[in-house]
Parts: sequence; C-alpha cells; structure tokens
Amino acid sequence: MNMLKQAKIAGIAGVLAVLAGCAGQVNEEAASEASVATAGESTTASTQASSAADAARVTAEQLKSEAMAADTLFFFEFDKSDLSQDALDDLDAHAKFLAADRNAKVRLEGHADERGTRAYNLALGERRSNAVARYLVIQGVNRSQIETVSYGEERPLSLVRDDSGWSRNRRVELIYQ
Amino acid sequence: MRPLMWLVLAFFVALPARAELVIEITRGAENPIKIAVVPFQVTGGGAFDVDLARLIESNLERSGQFIRVRRDTMLSLPGPDDTVFYRDWRAIDSEYTVIGSVVKEGNELVVRYGLHDVYGERLLFEERVPGAPDTLRDIGHYVSDRIYEALTGLKGFFSTRLLYVSAERRSEKDQTFKLILSDADGGRPRTVFQSSEPILSPAWSPDGSRVAYMSFRGKRAGIYVQTLATGEVQQVTSFSGLNSAPAFSPDGRKLVMTLSKDGNPELYVANLRTGELERMTNHFAIDTEASWSPDGRSILFTSSRGGKPQLYMLNVADQSVKRVTFDGDYNSNGAFTPDGESIVFVHRTNNRFHIARMNLETREMQILTETDLDESPSVAPNGTMLIYATSDEGRGLLGLVSMDGRVRVRLPSVTESVREPAWSPFFN
Repeated sequence: MNMLKQAKIAGIAGVLAVLAGCAGQVNEEAASEASVATAGESTTASTQASSAADAARVTAEQLKSEAMAADTLFFFEFDKSDLSQDALDDLDAHAKFLAADRNAKVRLEGHADERGTRAYNLALGERRSNAVARYLVIQGVNRSQIETVSYGEERPLSLVRDDSGWSRNRRVELIYQ
Repeated sequence: MRPLMWLVLAFFVALPARAELVIEITRGAENPIKIAVVPFQVTGGGAFDVDLARLIESNLERSGQFIRVRRDTMLSLPGPDDTVFYRDWRAIDSEYTVIGSVVKEGNELVVRYGLHDVYGERLLFEERVPGAPDTLRDIGHYVSDRIYEALTGLKGFFSTRLLYVSAERRSEKDQTFKLILSDADGGRPRTVFQSSEPILSPAWSPDGSRVAYMSFRGKRAGIYVQTLATGEVQQVTSFSGLNSAPAFSPDGRKLVMTLSKDGNPELYVANLRTGELERMTNHFAIDTEASWSPDGRSILFTSSRGGKPQLYMLNVADQSVKRVTFDGDYNSNGAFTPDGESIVFVHRTNNRFHIARMNLETREMQILTETDLDESPSVAPNGTMLIYATSDEGRGLLGLVSMDGRVRVRLPSVTESVREPAWSPFFN
C-alpha cells in the first residue's frame, strides 16, 4: 500500500513537474489560443475550470510539439529487429503524446534493405514495425492507435548500394495519420 | 575440352516495339549443337512482324545447348521444295539445318519446315503447321520445341510463359508496380495487374491457368488469385499483418502462404474452394517463402528459427519440421526442381547472394550464379534451366542459368527494373 501511495505521489509530482516545465516554455501559438479561450469567460468558477483545461491543453500541445520534433525514422541492423538506444528517446516523445491524446493515430511502416530475399524481408519489415509498436504500447499507447505495415525491401529510402545506403533502408517510418 | 566462352548480343529484330526483354548470352555450353535456320520463304504476299528463323535460332541458342550458324555465312537459302546440298552446309560447319516456308492464304497461313541432319545427309522430319498471322510467334515457339526435342530428347520450354514484376520508381513513395506475363523469350509482355503499391511473389497454378500473388488493395496487403484468361480476381486473404508468399499445391486446390494474423509469421494452407485455413507452423521466428514439393508431401520454407534464415522441410501429414541447409548463414527462398530431387535457393557467400542448387539425397550443393543480389529462382518445367532475378547497377534484371551452372543468359529489361520471375508449367 505504502509503495503504491508513494508511486502515486511520485506520479503526481512527475505530472506537476511536466506541467511546470511546460508552463515555463509555452509556445506562442498555444499562448494565444489560451488567451482567446479565456477572453469570453466571466465567472470565477468557469475561469478556474477553463484554466485547468488550458493547462491540460498546453500540456497536450507541448507533448505534441515534442513528438513532432522527434525523429520518425528508426534504424536497424541487418536481419535484426532490435530497437537501438538512439531510437528510445524519440519513441518516448511519440509515446507520451499518443498516450495523452487517444485520438492520435500512428502508422508504422517497416522496411528492409535489398539484401536477402523479398518475402523474407517483408516478414523482417513487419518484425521491425512490431518492435516499435510493442515499445509504444509498453509506454502506454493503445494498440488500437497503431497501425503496422511492412513494405519489405520494396520502398528503399536510399538507392546507394553500400552500407551507407542499406543502413538507411533498414528502418521503421512513423507516420501520424 | 577448353570451356567454350562466347558472347553474343542477339537482339530480337522482329520483337514488337513494346517488348521489354532482350537476350544476351554471357556463357554457353561446352559443345553446343551448331544449327542453321534458313530464313523462311514467304509466299502469298505481305510481310510479317515475326522473322520465324530468327525467333527459332534465338530460342534454341537461349537454351545454351545450341549455337546458330550465322545467316550471312550461308551459301544458299533454299526453300522446302528445293534440293538440299548437304556439302554446302558442311562447309559452314552446320550440323543441322532447318528449312521452311510461310504460305499465306487470305487471313490464314501454313508454316512448313523440315529438320535436316547435315552429316547424315537426310531429312529427319518435316511438318506443316496451320495458323494465322497473329499466331506466328506461337508457331515459332512450337517449331523451336519440336526441333529441341528431336535433337536433345527433352521437351522444350519455348512455348511456356514467364511472370515477373516490373517497378518504375519516381521516388520512395511514388512507384508503379506491374505484374507482367510474357512469352518464355520475353516477347509479347502484357500487364496482368498494376498498382502503386508493391506486388510480390507471383506463383503459377500447376495447370498454368491462374496466378497467385501478394498485392495491396488500399493500404492493406492481401493474397489474390487471378485467372489469366478472364482477368477474374479472387481475394484469398487480407488479414491484418502479413499476407505473403503464396504457392499452389501440386493439385492446384490449395495455397500455402505466410500470415501473421496470430502475431507472428507462420505458414498456413488455404483450401481455395472452401476457404478453410489450416495453420502449419508454430514458432516465434519468421516462417515464410513456402514451396510445395511435386509429390505434395512436403513444403520447403525459410525460417529464422535457428537464428539465421535457413531452409526447412515441413512434412505436410504430421507437420514435423526438419532443417535442410547448414552451409552458410543465409539460405532462403527455396524451390523444388520438377523431379523433386533437388532444391534451388538463395545462398549467401562472402556477403554476396547467389543461386545455389542442392541434391536432397546427396546433400551436394553447387553455386550456379556469380552476380550479386541473385534471388527468386524458378525452374523451367523441363528442369534444364532456372530463371532468377539479379541486378546491374541498381536496375533489376532477369537471368537464366542452366542447372549445371555452365550456361548463363541475361534478360535485361529495356525500360523498367524487373524482378520476381516465375516460370510457368507446360501448357500441353
């Protein structure tokens, strides 16, 4: 029980910290939206309610802008579907936004490089998109917000035929719908 | 006994303008049969867009077992009714000579031809083949099959067909994929299905009337079976996840395929009439690229269950699985030879991907190709050659190689990048 309480408190503190962090760096667009939203309000109660909503919205906006700024390409080793350490920070940003906005949907397109056979690479591309999907779900995203597809080696990003090109093609592309 | 190495660029002069593939023989057999195909005499007026003699000599040469005697060295150009002076043909080193004519009568025509044994100084056989101007190419392939069979004892593959996928790329997300059906020589290509999304794994039904493939309708992949004569399309599956790598059972009633609807790529067998689906594998690794054995008892497939892609054999009756390949760390996309005794597959060695063949009983393996990124081997129905996909500076092209690796032929596409070839069964 105590552990749970502590965890809850820590969780709340975390949320507050995020809110505080956000408040300090509200972007201009969000700020102007907030002022428009408060302009028509007259009673204290509704102003209070609206400022809570504003805070939530500001948070959502902030999470969204962080997600939008994060990388949407995640790369893999040959014949592997393990996420790289590099990918995790960016995926965390996407996961936070998706977890906060259940209406947001994302499509994960898995790809392989041209080496190896095509149908196998199609399966490999699916493994990669599933690896990303699984990570997002662990971070709190609903599986229903995620659509996965594999294009195997059929849609290379780079046509360079050495490891510099191949390493760019072994990827998952995260695309907001 | 020195290996005969030669290079011929044999363009099909008579191919229609749309034709996509040209033939380039990069290596021939050790002792090819020298054959002279005399230009066919044309009577009854009008010109045809098919030069029968060229078509026949190119067909025979593509098998690797023949080499043409060049037309400009011929001392005379006799017709079927003329006396054959065998001495003249010996003089230019021709072992066999084909002499023929095309007689046009209204909208119909008759092709007459005879095959002469120059050293035996005799006519081996002659034949009259009725047809029409638009079947002249079919007749040319038929005549090629007859000559090939008479001189090698094997059934020719010249009247068979190829399926392959072409891709035209403008950018990563702007491509046109076409499933193309052509003659065995690449002639008469026609588009069977076209999509802006990838088309993969075309596979022939055993009677050659239908083709299964993976494509996307919308953003979702599915497996489709298309009847070639009518264009009618049956959607076999469109589950979430993978729907890929279909292959027909030898009786044409079932399709083995890869589905990941239960979370992981597994092999399933679909009954095409009832739609009933049976799961065949159960492993957390990738299982895909299934191919049915000619006797229907086994299914060869690629699995990463050992950590790396290797070929495994599934016993259809009890679903037991045995590993087949052990040499190298990448063996995939296997197919059986028509006699069921050997398999062909993609094998990685020194970081390059080649086509290899392995006898299932002796386990002896031979690498057949030496280009890179070689894939999708598909064996001719007479078992003498296979067609595969390779690439040249990023552009996909098709190659033929004899089953002993001695004969190699390139079929580069004139326009688009081509891949995923599938050789048809015999149609007769």
